[in-house]
Amino acid sequence: MKKAIAFWGILMKDMKTYYLKPPNISWGIIFPVSWTLMFFLRSSIEVDIRGILPGVMALSILFGTTSMLAVTITFERRSRSFERLLLAPISLKLLMLAKTSGAIFFGLVNAFIPVLFASFFISLQGIQWLPLFFAVLLIAVTSTFLGLFIAVAVNEVFEAQTFSNFFRFPMMFLCGLFIPVQALPLFLQPVSFVLPLTYGVDILKNAINGDGFMSFGISLPILLGFGLVLFFLSTRNIQKKWIY
Amino acid sequence: MVEVTNLCKKFNSFEAVRGVSFSIQKGEIFGFLGPNGAGKTTTINMMTGLTLPSSGNIKIAGFDGIREIKKVQGNIGIVPDESNLYDELSGRDNLMFCASLYGMEKAKREVRTQMLLKQFGLDQTGKKLFKHFSKGMKRKLTIAAGIIHEPKILFLDEPTTGIDVESARQIRQLIQDLNAQGCTIFLTTHYIEEAERLCDRIGFIVDGQMVALGNLDELMGEVQKEHQMIFTFEQGTHSLEKSMSQSFPELSVYRINEHSIRISSDEKISLMPIMKFLEQEKVLPREARIMKPSLEDVFIKITGIGLDKMKKEKEGKKK
Ligand SMILES: Nc1ncnc2c1ncn2[C@@H]1O[C@H](COP(=O)(O)OP(=O)(O)OP(=O)(O)O)[C@@H](O)[C@H]1O
Ligand SMILES: [Mg+2]
Repeated sequence: MKKAIAFWGILMKDMKTYYLKPPNISWGIIFPVSWTLMFFLRSSIEVDIRGILPGVMALSILFGTTSMLAVTITFERRSRSFERLLLAPISLKLLMLAKTSGAIFFGLVNAFIPVLFASFFISLQGIQWLPLFFAVLLIAVTSTFLGLFIAVAVNEVFEAQTFSNFFRFPMMFLCGLFIPVQALPLFLQPVSFVLPLTYGVDILKNAINGDGFMSFGISLPILLGFGLVLFFLSTRNIQKKWIY
Repeated sequence: MVEVTNLCKKFNSFEAVRGVSFSIQKGEIFGFLGPNGAGKTTTINMMTGLTLPSSGNIKIAGFDGIREIKKVQGNIGIVPDESNLYDELSGRDNLMFCASLYGMEKAKREVRTQMLLKQFGLDQTGKKLFKHFSKGMKRKLTIAAGIIHEPKILFLDEPTTGIDVESARQIRQLIQDLNAQGCTIFLTTHYIEEAERLCDRIGFIVDGQMVALGNLDELMGEVQKEHQMIFTFEQGTHSLEKSMSQSFPELSVYRINEHSIRISSDEKISLMPIMKFLEQEKVLPREARIMKPSLEDVFIKITGIGLDKMKKEKEGKKK
């Protein structure tokens, strides 16, 4: 019970101080809209909203989650308020779950904003909602933990931003969103398969348009595995770096 | 309540804390006194679970300070040397949040927050954001946050450094009140008078080592037998201490500043020979005072560190 109170307290504090601030809310809306617009301009003909939906969703989650951790972790670490959390009588794992669940939730909301927009223009029939939801959840979890991993590895907020772009941009181009993985040059294809987003995007594609190339049975567990590994690496790094 | 044995901390090859041992009884105010870089904060960090000791044992409130650190943390409150609450939250929300970290129920959190804001004279400012607080107010709220969950032991790292005299006085009063309510207190300071006024027992730490430990009487025992005088002069007295020690080998002479020196001896000091000597030297004292020895003298005697040096370093650091 005490642990639940602490968990909830941390989550609500982050919601209040970071996620529900106007810049973040508008970011969640502007981002999907501008992506949709970009695709629209690029294709110049009738845009296939449903075709680009997996991409817009995946990128909304990726950018929404990873950029938040630089603030909720790295910034608090710099201002030393993070020490309060390390000194609280809750385990490091629970603490990190509490610190990341806000970002995961933010990622979920970000993902469904483009779906909401799309629903005004096209019919959403035939979408497999259950796999879609799991895919979104797992992408949010994995991207958040990737952000966590980066936030723990650096000391400054700007380093966290730079470092996450180092992951985000290659991931954008190699995960099969713009160019299907099979169409990539042969030497780049192995890289795609070590990127968590590749699996997430594939599930989204399957769930929305049925045009992914892996079955849920493979991609879901792999994505889950990525999330777990990143989380455990991050908590281990905190233990080593911050409780030295 | 607290039992620390042979605590060591190495940062790479640098030994910040070298075999410190002490114990704190229930209800005590224990002071850790030492200059900059002595290892005070490092010791607190090891005791509270922010830093892992390289070797040694810690036992707090019946739990092992390393294996059962989360249980220890439930029983202690910590006030760090910097006020590190959340800038974007109000005073009230900061306290509510800190209470939730310790699993306090909402109703209890609210009562306790209200009570502490009032007790610390912050009820008017409770709605302001923390970043708009003055330094003294920040310090007070940080202390309130440290005791929000009613800890058995409170750790305070230099609670009065860098704030004005009045706020410092209020904070010392708060510490005494807390102690009177039964809270055991561990505090670090580099103000000797503060340690002398507040603490039941004091440990001197220099270069990571405990050089003296005891209650006031025990520590003063070392100098109690000593006789002391302070001479203040109109003009500068740079070479006086040397010639004086030569003429009076039984006295130890110590320069306090440009215009004053302190002489001490195990025997009663007779004034006449000294006055004669000063007349010969053509330096007439403006004032001569007989001093009762203070904790400061103990500190100087044991560590060889002048007080002025300790203060200077500190102020240099804060700039
Ligand atoms: N993380 C660290 N890595 C390396 N050296 C450190 C680290 N933390 C502290 N030290 C060193 O250990 C020594 C003791 O530092 P500590 O902060 O414990 O001193 P202190 O007694 O609290 O001093 P102050 O009065 O300045 O607060 C210092 O020489 C400091 O430079
Ligand atoms: Mg210190």
